[in-house]
Amino acid sequence: MTYRNPTTTPRQAAAFDEYTLSEIRRAAATGIYDIRGGGAKRKVPHFDDLLFLGASMSRYPLEGYRETCNTNVVLGTRFAKKPIELKIPITIAGMSFGSLSGPAKEALGRGATMAGTSTTTGDGGMTEEERGHSETLVYQYLPSRYGMNPRDLRRADAIEVVVGQGAKPGGGGMLLGQKITDRVAEMRTLPKGIDQRSACRHPDWTGPDDLEIKILELREITDWQKPIYVKIGGARPYYDTALAVKAGADVVVLDGMQGGTAATQEVFIEHVGQPTLACIRPAVQALQDLGMHRKVQLILSGGIRNGADVAKALALGADAVSIGTAALVAIGDNDPKWEEEYQKLGTTAGAYDDWHEGKDPAGISTQDTDLMQRLDPEAAGRRLSNYLKVMTLEAQTIARACGKNHVHNLEPEDLCALTIESAAMAGVPLAGTDWIPGKSGI
Amino acid sequence: MPTFDLAETPLRDLNQALHDVTAASNDTAFEVLNPRGAHAVASGVDAPVSVDIRGSVGYYCAGMNCEGTVTVHGSAGPGVAENMMSGAVFVKGDASQYAGATGRGGLLVIEGNASSRCGISMKGIDIVVKGNIGHMSAFMAQSGNLVVLGDAGDALGDSLYEARLFVRGEVKSLGADCIEKEMRPEHLELLAGLLARAGVTDVKPEEFTRYGSARKLYNFNIDNYDAY
Repeated sequence: MTYRNPTTTPRQAAAFDEYTLSEIRRAAATGIYDIRGGGAKRKVPHFDDLLFLGASMSRYPLEGYRETCNTNVVLGTRFAKKPIELKIPITIAGMSFGSLSGPAKEALGRGATMAGTSTTTGDGGMTEEERGHSETLVYQYLPSRYGMNPRDLRRADAIEVVVGQGAKPGGGGMLLGQKITDRVAEMRTLPKGIDQRSACRHPDWTGPDDLEIKILELREITDWQKPIYVKIGGARPYYDTALAVKAGADVVVLDGMQGGTAATQEVFIEHVGQPTLACIRPAVQALQDLGMHRKVQLILSGGIRNGADVAKALALGADAVSIGTAALVAIGDNDPKWEEEYQKLGTTAGAYDDWHEGKDPAGISTQDTDLMQRLDPEAAGRRLSNYLKVMTLEAQTIARACGKNHVHNLEPEDLCALTIESAAMAGVPLAGTDWIPGKSGI
Repeated sequence: MPTFDLAETPLRDLNQALHDVTAASNDTAFEVLNPRGAHAVASGVDAPVSVDIRGSVGYYCAGMNCEGTVTVHGSAGPGVAENMMSGAVFVKGDASQYAGATGRGGLLVIEGNASSRCGISMKGIDIVVKGNIGHMSAFMAQSGNLVVLGDAGDALGDSLYEARLFVRGEVKSLGADCIEKEMRPEHLELLAGLLARAGVTDVKPEEFTRYGSARKLYNFNIDNYDAY
C-alpha cells in the first residue's frame, strides 16, 4: 500500500473570487470594460440594518386600518406658483425613453397616475406616451439636453435639473448603438446606430453660482410656475444639498449608490459614491442647519424596495422617496417567466443587467419592436400601481405602530440600528444601547 | 413700442409681457433699456416679436428663443441664445462662454468675438461669429453650422458629431475626431447663404476651411484608447 501525503482542500484567494477571475478573463478577451445597468450589487449598510421600535408603554399606537394615517406630500412650496401634491410619498425616478421602450414609459405613467404620484422623464426627452398617461410628470433637465425644448418644459409639472445620479456621481452616460433606432435618433438629433454619449457636465453652467442663474432662467421661461428640483448623486451630501438650496432648488433629490442607471461601467457603479443610508442624515443636517428642512423638500432614492424602506427614509428626514429599479421589476423586468431567454443571454432572471444591449426579453429596456410588444402597458401599469399602494400601506402600518397620524411624523427617535456602521450612518442608537457612534452616550 | 427700463422695472415684468404676446397682439416690437448685465433677459420668447436691448446683458439672454428676433446692442454674457429653437439673435458686441449652446434652430450672429465653448452641443442652430472663438468650441456638436470669420482656439470640434464647422482664419488645434474636410460646391452654397443671412458681404465662401467629424469615435473601439 502506497502512502500518500494528505493534501489541502483547493482554496481560492478571497481577493480573486470566481467573479473577479471571470472579469479579468472577459476584459482580456474583449478589450472593453464591463458595462451594465442597475445600481451597486455589493452589500453595503442599508435600511435592512435599521429597525423601528414600535409603541408599547411609552408610546401609544394608532389603530390599524381605522385611525387616520396620512401619506400625502406637497413638493415645491419654496418658490413655485404651482407646487405639486402627491397622494403618496413614493415617486417614479427618471428613466429615459431610449433606455426604456415606449410601452415601458407608458406603463410607468399609468401606474404612477393610478397610485396618485408622479413619474419622471429621462435623458432622451419627453414622449407622448409618457406625457399622455402621466397626471404628474417631472421633466428632467440633463447635461445632454437631448429632446429639450420650451414647449415640453412648459407642459411639465415640475423640472428636475440633474447634476448627478447615485450609480455614477461625476459620470455621464452612454447609450450604445444597438438602441439608437430611428425614433431615438430623431429625438436626440443624432445619427442612427452610433454610440450616444451623454455629457457629465452641463454645457452652459459650472458650479452652484452658475446654477442659481440657470434656475432663474428656467423659472423665467416657465413664469415661475413649476417646482424646480435639483438631483444629486450620493457624493458629498451635506455640501451638495446645501449648495443646491443656495442655488434656489425647491426640492433636492438625493440618489445613493444603489440607485440604478441605464448603463455605465461596472467599476463606476461599484466604486464611486456613497450608500443611500450614508447620504440621508448629512443631507437632512444641511437642510436643518440652513433652516430649510421641510421648506425645501428632500426626495431620497437608491435601493428603496418596500414600505419599511419608505418609512425609514421618512423617519430619517426625507419628505418622499423615489424608485426606479423596483418600479421596473414591478412592471416585469427580470421576471422568471422569461428564464429560458435569460439563459440564452448568458444570465438568469434576477441578475439580467445588460440593459444597454437592447435584448431585454421582458420588452422593457429595449427598442426592439418585437420584444417591446411583449409588454402590455395597461397591465404593467396596474402592477406598478398595486406595488406602490402596497408600499404605502406598509409604510402606514409602521407609522401607526409608532403612533403617527402622518408618515411624515416618523422620526429618528423611532429607530434603532443593528450594526455599528448603520448606527453611525443613520445617526440612531445601536439596538439595546443609547450609543450613537460618533456622538455622546455609553 | 413697449419699452421696459430694467433700472425701474423688474425683469419678471418684461419676460411676462413677452410671453403674453399672442397672434392677436399689436405690440410686437419691444425695447429694453438699462439691462446692466441682467440675466435671462428675453428668455423663453415664443412669438415673432422683436426685442432691442440697449446695453449689455448677463447670462442666458434669449434662452430657448422661439420665433423672436432679439438684438443685443452691447455684449452678451454666458449662454446667449442657449437652446434656441428658431428666430434670430444678434449680438453687436462680444459674447461670453457657451454662446448658442445646445441650440436647435434659428440664427445666432455675433459681431465681435465669442469666448470658449461657442456652439457646445449644438443641435441644429446656425452660428456666425465675425471675430474669433475660444477653446473647446463646438464640443460634441451634433448638428447645424458654425461659421467663424476669425480664428478658432484649441480643440475645435472635439468629439464632434454631424455639425459643420467653417473657419476663415487659423485653428489653434483640432479636438478628438475633428478633421479638415473637402469644401464641395454644396458647402460653398450653404456657406454663402449663411453669410448672407448674417449680413456679411465682404467675405467669400472660398476663404473658409471646412471641418467635420472623422466618425472614428462613433462606436467604441479599444484600439482608439488614446482618444478616450
